[in-house]
Amino acid sequence: MGNSIKVGMADLKVAKAPDSLITLGLGSCIGLTLYDPVTKVGGMVHYMLPDSTQLKNNSNIAKFGDTGIKELYRLMVANGASPKRMVAKIAGGAKMFEVSGLSNVGHVGERNAEQAKKLLKELKVPLVAEDTGLNYGRTVELFCENGDFFIKAVGKSNKTI
Amino acid sequence: MGFSLDNVNDMYIDVLREIGNIGAGNATTAISQMLGARLNMEVPKVQLMEASELGGAICDEEETVVGIFLEVLDDINGSMMFLMKMESAHIIVNKLMMRDPSYNEPFDEMDLSALKEIGNIIASSYLTALSSLTNMKIQPSVPYIAVDMAAAILSVPAIQFGQYGDNALFIETEFGDDKEMQGYFILMPEQDSYAKILKALGIMN
Repeated sequence: MGNSIKVGMADLKVAKAPDSLITLGLGSCIGLTLYDPVTKVGGMVHYMLPDSTQLKNNSNIAKFGDTGIKELYRLMVANGASPKRMVAKIAGGAKMFEVSGLSNVGHVGERNAEQAKKLLKELKVPLVAEDTGLNYGRTVELFCENGDFFIKAVGKSNKTI
Repeated sequence: MGFSLDNVNDMYIDVLREIGNIGAGNATTAISQMLGARLNMEVPKVQLMEASELGGAICDEEETVVGIFLEVLDDINGSMMFLMKMESAHIIVNKLMMRDPSYNEPFDEMDLSALKEIGNIIASSYLTALSSLTNMKIQPSVPYIAVDMAAAILSVPAIQFGQYGDNALFIETEFGDDKEMQGYFILMPEQDSYAKILKALGIMN
């Protein structure tokens, strides 16, 4: 068994088999993973907001979908992952409160998930599995040994996508 | 350059502590009346931290907590959240429902509405304090509730704060009689509302 490496909020990391990458309690944020099944290199970014260009204070690249996903992709390649073999999986983007108002609170999860799809298309990385939206939090773990993406939620059965 | 919690001064923190103090006082009185019991309250603690650290600020990220969320409208726009750990939430619901204090079953619909109402009273008390200090009209929306992992619930305020900077602010209060309960307030004004609050309080011109 390898080590479980923790990825915090607004954080990104790359690991190799037999290690795994884990992020605890994803809410409206997105946990996006990239994986190369041959070199068994995996990466995860836990970003909070879709777009860094909307804000002035955007120095933390792992906080945003656009800059975070690109940086993760770059790090994956730097660590031996092939751009041609890389596949992506995503989870999170929940709407934690059924807010009916017009504020962005209700939509940020959805926008975060859309941004992942847009960026993956740009980078030409296929999205092979996703577990996004709905109204609950998720703990997610990517196993670099086989690319399994394990998802745990309160009061729900565990699943692997 | 808009207001950001990345460069707040001690005076602002003191003002928020005072608002928290008065708000928590009002809330304790309201809940005491609701429960028909006398409750004591500790001086609230104001904490400033990185927004990305918020998920683990009150307990382990995966621990289940109760979060009540309200939008705030009128002269100030934004949102606020009130959080309780499960133990505190069970104590207060059991008191309200006049159940045995050791009752520990998962919350049913009735319990959730009771919790929503408690969150509503606490949030309104806090907003009334803010409103009377600033002379501004502040209206809370209906409350929304979630019982889930702490980090998932706290991702909502983390994202709200994250839009304007890297820091977040929350207020911890303790109240109770024989058993202490902890609650956590998070006030999230929109960026232009910060300036309004500070102006109204005479901290900023």
